[in-house]
Amino acid sequence: MRAKLILLGALALCAALSQITPSVNPYYYDVLIGIGINIMLAAGLNLVNGYTGQFSLGHAGFMAVGAYLASAMSLAIQFPYIDWPDWSGPRWLWAPKGIWLLLAAPLRLLEWMHNSLVFLAHGLPAQAQFLCVLLYGGAAAALAGLVVGIPSLRLRGDYLAIVTLGFNEIIRGVIQNAEPLGAQRGLGGMMRHTDFLWTFGSAAVCVYVVLALVNSTYGRGFLAVRDDEVAAEAMGINTTKYKVLAFVIGAFFAGIAGGLYAHFKQYIHPDGFNFLRSVDIVVMVILGGMGNTAGVCVAAVILTILPEVLRRVGIENRMIPYSLLLIVLMLSRPQGLFGGLGVARKKGPAIAK
Amino acid sequence: MIEFLQQLINGVSLGAIYALIALGYTMVFGVLRFINFAHGDVYMIGAFAGLYAGPKALRLFGGQPGYIAALLVLLFAMTVCAAVGIVIEFLCYRPLRSRPKLSVLITAIGVSLFIENVCQDSHVFGPNPQAFPTIINDTAIEIPSSWGTFADLTVTTSQILVIVVTAGLLLLLTQIVLHTKLGMAMRAVSFNSVASSLMGVNNDLIISFTFGLGSSLAGAAGILTSIQQPSIDPLMGILLGLKAFVAAVLGGIGNLPGAVLGGLLIGVIETMVVGYVSPTYRDAIVFGVLILILIFKPSGLLGRGQREKV
Repeated sequence: MRAKLILLGALALCAALSQITPSVNPYYYDVLIGIGINIMLAAGLNLVNGYTGQFSLGHAGFMAVGAYLASAMSLAIQFPYIDWPDWSGPRWLWAPKGIWLLLAAPLRLLEWMHNSLVFLAHGLPAQAQFLCVLLYGGAAAALAGLVVGIPSLRLRGDYLAIVTLGFNEIIRGVIQNAEPLGAQRGLGGMMRHTDFLWTFGSAAVCVYVVLALVNSTYGRGFLAVRDDEVAAEAMGINTTKYKVLAFVIGAFFAGIAGGLYAHFKQYIHPDGFNFLRSVDIVVMVILGGMGNTAGVCVAAVILTILPEVLRRVGIENRMIPYSLLLIVLMLSRPQGLFGGLGVARKKGPAIAK
Repeated sequence: MIEFLQQLINGVSLGAIYALIALGYTMVFGVLRFINFAHGDVYMIGAFAGLYAGPKALRLFGGQPGYIAALLVLLFAMTVCAAVGIVIEFLCYRPLRSRPKLSVLITAIGVSLFIENVCQDSHVFGPNPQAFPTIINDTAIEIPSSWGTFADLTVTTSQILVIVVTAGLLLLLTQIVLHTKLGMAMRAVSFNSVASSLMGVNNDLIISFTFGLGSSLAGAAGILTSIQQPSIDPLMGILLGLKAFVAAVLGGIGNLPGAVLGGLLIGVIETMVVGYVSPTYRDAIVFGVLILILIFKPSGLLGRGQREKV
């Protein structure tokens, strides 16, 4: 109950603040929205990496799925008279003839669903349309999370990290070839729907969902999988379900964050969702302390502002201090800067074996 | 048919480079059971060592490109890389020996990012691609017309050189691993590190040696790539390193012949995809192979499956 009140309070605060934020300096506004998006990404990844103990290195891939599909939908709503390239029409997704027959049907189904959603969303007011667009991006990313989650069942540790990284590259590879999504040119022309309320409202919901989930009876399963998978399995916990669920929820919020990002920057390119973007999010989670949502949010704020501060003092490449931080942190304080200081869990979270 | 053969030749010469790098991953995995993410960056340092040493070696021989100069550059790069590998292990991985594997993995990612970004700094190598000096004359070999349709094939000296040097290094490595005391100790550590230390093997020394050996192979790969392509840059090791890792997994991680087989296969698959499908899928397909392998045969083509004990 208290948590719900805090969530409502946070949403009200966002609504109030969003009345004044459009008047702030555009540069600060840009950083501010970036903070909100990064909080969402990091809190979602924390569910996978921190609470469930599955090391994922491909969060930017889910963000890309959300950003691209949300943009495709909002562009289709915005410009109904443009003839968008068929999803299953030109053979952008290369495949031998036999496989193509298999691929064409699901692609056509997806296209049909996409078009019907666009059609349904036409009559709605602009804000409701944007909500639909974001949820659509989130759902698509969640589907991608499901696909990535399934092979992850038999993998752990290093292998999982590489496979998720591989999925990130595969998603980028498909987008780079996808004519309906702009391929190598990137996708632009979306309206700037994202504002302070949308960004921080979604971030608040994301943090609330992750915290409420993990602190519920149901959500203890995530922690059990992290602490000892074999013991959890022996206790009758369906570890498979929890692992996939963590991926799906994390991916869903990454997709929403991607949609917000796309409708803020108004231009997206596959290179913006590469391996390094994933590493950015992972650094936030590790710095904040894996499995410590408050710490991760603080880390997301710090790491979004830090590059701007560093640029002022003349360090252009933020990755140098980031990577040093990673090494030094692992050598001296593997639980993260704020690990063990969390309010939600009294015992300091241990990194999974 | 002739086009297929051409792609096959290109694929094998690319695969040889993957094989050299994959060997480093596999050896380190053998003794430490973790992925050395920074291995691809060691390869990049090898290429830059060649960039530094190339002109100096050429001056020694009157500015003419030649095989002896190239050999000197190769040895120099291998030495530099071995040193870099040993230093990385000593500073970053050794203090974490008894920690959870995830900490080591994160550190490895950190080391990799650190090397990439420090090297991109304009005081070190700079972010822009740089032209690699011509240390050997890279020309197409004339195939006598009496060979019929095979005369249409294009084979360059550098391709032959890559395959020959790789084969030589592999023979050397086999000798070291199978017929020297250090190699025997390496195999012992990889088989059971606790037992080997009880038998008087200095595990730390062997791990350093393994890192040095693997890194020197990566350095050689750095030079071999650079003689084929026009320019090198500080980020060249990221994707190549990851693909070489995929090669190591494909062959069965921890298995030396497996790494070579995996490297050659990945090289050929990648070239075929670029040639017959679409160049934009060249990276995605390699990771697709990885995912398929991990789903259907996680121990790799030549690896033996291991049961997990609780």
